[in-house]
Amino acid sequence: MKLIDSFRDKEKVDILLKQIDKLNIKDKEYRFMEVCGTHTMSISRFGLRTLLPENILLISGPGCPVCVTSQGEIDAIFDLVKNNDVIIATYGDLLKVPGSNGENLYILRSMGFDIRVVFSPLDVIEIAKNTDKEVVFLSIGFETTTPPSAGLVKQLVKENIKNVSLFVMNKTMPKVLDFIANQENVMVDGFLCPGHVSAITGERLYEPLVRSGFACVISGFEPVDVLMSVKLLMEQVNKGEFWVENNYGRVVKRNGNELAMKLMYEVFEDSDAYWRGIGVIEGSGLMLRANYKDFDAMEKFNIEVDYSKSLPGCRCGDVLLGRIKPTDCSLFGNRCTPEDPYGPCMVSSEGSCAAYYKYGG
Amino acid sequence: MRFINKSVGSGGKGTNDFIKNVIFEYFGNSFLEELRDGALINLKKESIITSTDSFTVLPEFFPGGDIGKLSIYGTCNDVAVSGGIPEYLTLSLIIPDGYEMEKLLMIFDSMKRAIDEVGVKIISGDTKVIDGISSLIVNTTGFGELKSDLNCYDRIKVGDKVIFSSDIARHSVAVLIARNELGFSSDIESDCCNLYEIIRKLDYSKIKFVRDATRGGVAAVLNEIADKSGKGFLIKEQNIPILESVNYFCEMLGFDPLQMANEGVAVIVVDRDYADEALAIIKESKNGKNAAIVGEVTDNTKVVLETKVGGKRYIEIPAGELLPRIC
Repeated sequence: MKLIDSFRDKEKVDILLKQIDKLNIKDKEYRFMEVCGTHTMSISRFGLRTLLPENILLISGPGCPVCVTSQGEIDAIFDLVKNNDVIIATYGDLLKVPGSNGENLYILRSMGFDIRVVFSPLDVIEIAKNTDKEVVFLSIGFETTTPPSAGLVKQLVKENIKNVSLFVMNKTMPKVLDFIANQENVMVDGFLCPGHVSAITGERLYEPLVRSGFACVISGFEPVDVLMSVKLLMEQVNKGEFWVENNYGRVVKRNGNELAMKLMYEVFEDSDAYWRGIGVIEGSGLMLRANYKDFDAMEKFNIEVDYSKSLPGCRCGDVLLGRIKPTDCSLFGNRCTPEDPYGPCMVSSEGSCAAYYKYGG
Repeated sequence: MRFINKSVGSGGKGTNDFIKNVIFEYFGNSFLEELRDGALINLKKESIITSTDSFTVLPEFFPGGDIGKLSIYGTCNDVAVSGGIPEYLTLSLIIPDGYEMEKLLMIFDSMKRAIDEVGVKIISGDTKVIDGISSLIVNTTGFGELKSDLNCYDRIKVGDKVIFSSDIARHSVAVLIARNELGFSSDIESDCCNLYEIIRKLDYSKIKFVRDATRGGVAAVLNEIADKSGKGFLIKEQNIPILESVNYFCEMLGFDPLQMANEGVAVIVVDRDYADEALAIIKESKNGKNAAIVGEVTDNTKVVLETKVGGKRYIEIPAGELLPRIC
């Protein structure tokens, strides 16, 4: 904690706030998108918005893997559980995600279906070794959590374990960032780039954004990290010059973690993906390579996904693209709460609506 | 190895033997040994506080405690924080068929120590042995003389101070680690303790409200009080007592310590002029060494946290099961 504490130091925060104030052009609105759900949570958890001038807006982006998973995939998971005698292994975040009929994996678990929370994909190996049943791992996440999924597949091959498959919902960052940058009405001046993802991908991920005229600063998650990154973003915007600034050098190396990327692409290859509230973005998803198809739950259980499904009235898509704040959605706080979520942004512990509801704006 | 079987809950000779040879050995007293259908007690008081609770915890034994200790302190604490003096308990056991006798005796042993420490008597009880459960379920109901009503929301005024009687989140973390699902080991022990020992020397006329922060943690308690009293709280994160190892564990897994269960933490609202004296008294008690004044009552109906860096955000009532984050 001592290491963390130095990044939560009030004196350092006060100095940064003064520096931000000096840089602040008061009649300008600075709009910075934090792509990563962990940033969203951290900003809310430490009350950083309440410390910043009102004209500096921190907007939540599509960086929560649960939030951007399509309704069709979620409903397909429920069909899979109900129609097959399988064990589902999942990260905790997915337990509360509601299906189209309002049920979730919690409810299914209470009904007696075998649904287990894992902390690492490798936990799946232990489950599989102790059962004759099929184990389906709900593989979800961006570049940060996908290499461990790839590691699981390699381990399954190595140990010749046949009773495990992956329901692959993994996505990658580059194409969705391009998508945001090329929207008709781009609502942001710059990006608070995700520290965890960058640790794997490296700095090059953001070079196209910079070329498109966006400020980019890779940031850690502590208050001093975030405020320093906001300051660096403001400097780029004020100058009108843009580059990828790495403000998380203690974790993110220029080339990222090449081993993890290599492992990920040994097992997975790019595919089109459907982003909830956004639609299909070409090449923004991942699927298992042909030689690992035996581990594909979609094929093993003949799963059909209806990607066109959506929840009427849900504005998670607008939230994820920075078009509206969570509190601007008419469902926020009444029909949609963390206890009874309607849209996925309210479900996940990394979701922007959940962060706004839990901690305030 | 001896095992509990259904004869223990049959109502026949097995039950009789169990009560006389085991229950009396641990919990025997003149009330219990009368073997009446109901215990005859005479509290001779205008008001008594009563509280009941059922206990089930996995694992049944964890660092710093076990289900036995928990079931005694848990109910006695509810009586104590309501403003009562814990005096009597009833004890109801639901035991899985085939449960190890030695394990049960270890739990009784732990109960006995807790009973002696609080100074209560078990006056009535019941035992059932059933199929279909894998761990023990214990219900205790407590009775005690009311010293002063400490659950009266109307007494809370803007400017009153809030004390946490000990460091937070320790019980939850100890149990989570004891489950051994997370691959961690630590020396963190549950805070499971007798809260009457902490509050009994306070001037009850200057205490506005007390509640023990068990499931839902201090976040749930503060929100309950805010909701019922129509007042709010401003809590300073800097002042919240928490062990570094507990905080580290929560940081690593994305848990909010404010929402995590405690078994030895009372949230105490006191008159602002009495706060420093109350804190000094609490700190002198065996289980109150880590107590701290953490904030005060406000008039804005929300529970607000001033973070370590000076930002402000709500402390929200927890919803659902605590789960670690995805990344």
